[in-house]
Amino acid sequence: MFRSTKGGGASAWLSAGEASLLRALVVPVMDLLIDPERPAPPPPAEPSESTDLFDDLEKMFNETTAEPPTRPVDPVLARLLPDAYQDDPEAAGEFRKYTESSLREAKKYFAQTLLETLPAKGGRVKLSAEQARDWLRALNDVRLMFGVRLEVTEDFETQLASLDPKDPRVAAFEVYGWLGAVQESLVHAITSK
Amino acid sequence: MSVAPAEVDLPRSADEVVPEKPWLTIVWNDPVNTMSYVTYVFEYVFGYPKSKAEKLMLDVHHKGKAVVASGSREAMERNVEVLHGYGLWATVRQDT
Repeated sequence: MFRSTKGGGASAWLSAGEASLLRALVVPVMDLLIDPERPAPPPPAEPSESTDLFDDLEKMFNETTAEPPTRPVDPVLARLLPDAYQDDPEAAGEFRKYTESSLREAKKYFAQTLLETLPAKGGRVKLSAEQARDWLRALNDVRLMFGVRLEVTEDFETQLASLDPKDPRVAAFEVYGWLGAVQESLVHAITSK
Repeated sequence: MSVAPAEVDLPRSADEVVPEKPWLTIVWNDPVNTMSYVTYVFEYVFGYPKSKAEKLMLDVHHKGKAVVASGSREAMERNVEVLHGYGLWATVRQDT
């Protein structure tokens, strides 16, 4: 998908569907990072019969709460903004006090770069080396969001194969896999000599 | 002859002469981050050659975690902040 360009950047052709999917996936990460005080999550919904991927994703990603400077309650935010000290809550809180807002800003910036460089109706995306690194991180944050919500393991393909084909999570697993392929191609594009 | 201050004659504990133990940046295994991405991050963030970055990535993958850098507490905290920016699960601790 991505190919290397002169100067260490990368370029790819995105279909209109791919571009709108990427946008739809990055926006909830932005939303999650913007508002630290979200209402308590609603009770988990039963898997719906809906076949609309965006509806399901929206439901999945709208459940969040956060409470800095302690570790965010929402598991996705807790993964995006993890504790820097494993067994020392005091040191972890102190670190978070001084770094969490800048980490949030950095992650929002990476997501913003992706949204701004994404051709709205599909087409060629051309990234400088720096923009490519922003994309890698923005894509990774989306993958982390999926990973937490879907409780993925290292063998996600086996998880996917074990799901009922009607399970709404099937589409989400497929998107997660696709994001991995996009990210992988971008890593290769900017590291190939 | 004056009396020496009491402290001078106190035996010194071993801790006093041992320099402070270094601080470590630790990266933990994660089911989401791909092997090529983690290798790239180690190469780019730490300037490690690919062979070293790959070895560290495999250590994280197989052993559940790996020490990826050591030095001052401030430097390790900066590493962790950068690694969190890349979405890696990183922590700081002092060497034991």
